[in-house]
Amino acid sequence: MKRTKIFTALVLALLGLAGIAAAQRAKMIQVKGSDTMVNLVQILAEEYMGKTPGAAIAVLGGGSGTGITGLINQTCDIANSSREWKQKEIDQAWEKGVSPRFFVAAVDGLSIVVNEKNPLEQLTVAQVGALYRGDVKNWKAVGGMEKAVSLYGRQSNSGTYVFMQEFVLGNKNYSADMKEMNGNAQIIEGLIQDEGAVGYVGVGYLHDQDGKIRKGLKVLKISKEPNGTGFLPTDKAAVDSGAYPLSRPLYMATSGKPKSDVAQFLGWIVGPEGQAIVEREGFFIVGEGKYKAANDKNFK
Amino acid sequence: MRKKKLSHLKEAGIRAFFFTCGVVAVLVLVGIFLTLVLTAVPAFREIKLSEFLLSKAWDPTSPEKAEYGILSMVMSTIMVTGGALLLAVPIGIAVAAYLSDVAHWRVREILKPIVEILAGIPSVVIGFLGIVLIGPALSKIFHTGNGLNAVNGSVLLAIMALPTIISISEDSLNAVPKAYNEASLALGASRWQTLLRVKLPAGLSGIIAAAMLGMGRAIGETMTVLMATGNARAFPHGFLDSVRTMTAGIAIELGEVPYYTTHYYALFAIGLVLFVITFAVNLVADIVLHKYQEREQ
Repeated sequence: MKRTKIFTALVLALLGLAGIAAAQRAKMIQVKGSDTMVNLVQILAEEYMGKTPGAAIAVLGGGSGTGITGLINQTCDIANSSREWKQKEIDQAWEKGVSPRFFVAAVDGLSIVVNEKNPLEQLTVAQVGALYRGDVKNWKAVGGMEKAVSLYGRQSNSGTYVFMQEFVLGNKNYSADMKEMNGNAQIIEGLIQDEGAVGYVGVGYLHDQDGKIRKGLKVLKISKEPNGTGFLPTDKAAVDSGAYPLSRPLYMATSGKPKSDVAQFLGWIVGPEGQAIVEREGFFIVGEGKYKAANDKNFK
Repeated sequence: MRKKKLSHLKEAGIRAFFFTCGVVAVLVLVGIFLTLVLTAVPAFREIKLSEFLLSKAWDPTSPEKAEYGILSMVMSTIMVTGGALLLAVPIGIAVAAYLSDVAHWRVREILKPIVEILAGIPSVVIGFLGIVLIGPALSKIFHTGNGLNAVNGSVLLAIMALPTIISISEDSLNAVPKAYNEASLALGASRWQTLLRVKLPAGLSGIIAAAMLGMGRAIGETMTVLMATGNARAFPHGFLDSVRTMTAGIAIELGEVPYYTTHYYALFAIGLVLFVITFAVNLVADIVLHKYQEREQ
C-alpha cells in the first residue's frame, strides 16, 4: 500500500513537471542562430525580460545556418543570422509555408585579427582572401614576418563563414588547413596563444569587460585597394560610410508578420533602448538609413 | 488455492515484462541500424561509393564543387584512436596489474573508486581541459604555434578510455585461478615473473577485450575531439596536424543541414560507417571475452 502511494505520488509529480514545462514552452520565445549575435541577443533578452513582466525568451547559438534551419522547420520563433539567407533557403522556407521576414538588429564590422606579436598593421581584402584560400602560406608573402600562417575560422554552419567565403574569398573554397573552431570566442582564445595566427570575428568580441581590445590581440586595418587607406572595424564612421569594406547587417528573421510578443521584443531591439545596448556591446546601431526603412516596412 | 494462482500470474507477468524489455533492446538496436541504412542509401544516388570512401576532400557546402570524400575523416579517427590506445593500453594494463597484484588492500580501496570517478567525468569537461591545459602544454613541448592537433585528441581520448581498460583488465587478472599463481610461486618464480609470464598471458583475452572496448569508447567520442583537435579538413600528414574525426564532422554539420538533401544523407552515411566500425569492434571484443570465459570453464 505504501509503495503504491509513493509510486502514484511520483507519477503525479512527473506529470505536473511535464505540464509546467509544456506551459512554459507555450509562451517562451525561442531564438536560435548566429554565434556572432548570441551574446548580444542574450543580453538584449535579459534586459528586455527585466523590463517586461511575463516575457520569457530563450536564446541559443548554433550558428546562422542552424537558426535558419530552425525557422524553416518551425522549431524557433526568431532566427539570428550574420549573413543573408541563400535563395535555396528562402525557396525551402516558402515550400514549407514559412514566409521569412528580415529585421536588421545591428551592424557588424567583421574584424580580421592576428596575434599581437605579428608586426603587420594592414591588409587588403584581396590579401585576406589569398590567406584564407590557402594561396599564401607564409606571412612573408603579404609583407609580414617569416612564419607559417596558422588559419582560424568557423564551421560551415556559421553565417560569418559564409559571408567571408562570398565577399572575401570570391566564392572559392577555404584552405583545407584552416582550423574550424566552434565559435568566435574559441577563435579569439586560439589567436592569443598562436603567434602565426589569423582569424575573423565579429566586432563585438574584440573587447574585454573594460572596453579595451583583448590583451594578446591585434586588429588589422583593412583597405579595399592595394595602396588605399585602411580602416579599423572599430571605426564607427568608417563602418557607417562603407569605407570599411567588411561591414554587414545582422539579421533577425521571423516567419511571416511577427506575433505580438515577438513583434514587441523586436520593436524594442530596434528602438532606442535596444540600440543603446547594441552600441554598449561593441556593435553598431542600425541608424536612420535603408535598414531602418526596411525594418519599419516589415513590422506592418 | 487462489493465492497460488495469483502468485503464478505474478510470476508470469514479471517474466513477460523482462522478456519485453529484452525484445525492446534488440528492436532499438535493429531500428537504429535500419534508420541509418535507409537514410544513408539515398546519398549514393548522387555520390559514387568510391569517391565517398577514397576521396580526401569533404566540402559539401563548397560554392565551387561539392565534395563528399571521408578518407581524411577516417584517417583522423584512426590516428586519434590509435594514439589513444598507444597511451592507454600500457598504462591501463600496468595499473590493472598493480591493483590486482601489488597494491595493499587499503591503496586498492582508494584507487579503484578514483578510477571509476575518472570514467564519470563529462566529455565536455575533458575537452575543456584539452583546450586550456593540454593544448598550451603541447605547443610548448613540440614548438608548434598551438596545441589543437591529433596529439591533444589522443591524450584526451586516452584519459577517457583508461577507466574502461583498467576495470576490465583488472577483472580478468583477478579471475586468473589462484592455483596458477601458487603453482608458479611454488616452482620458484618471483612475483614479477609470475605476473609477467603467468598471470598476464592467462588473462590476455580479457585484456584484449578491454582494449577493444576502450577503442570503441575512443572511436565514438564526439565532444572532446570537436573542442580540442582543430577540425581542419585537410588529410593529416602527422600527429601535429589539426584533424577532424568522423564524429566531429557529423556533429558540426547535422544541426544546419537542410533535411533530405544529399548532404543530409551523406552525414547519415558517415554515421553508418561509424556504426559498422563500432559494432565490429564490440563484436570482436565480445567473441574474445566469450572464448576466454569458455576456456576457464
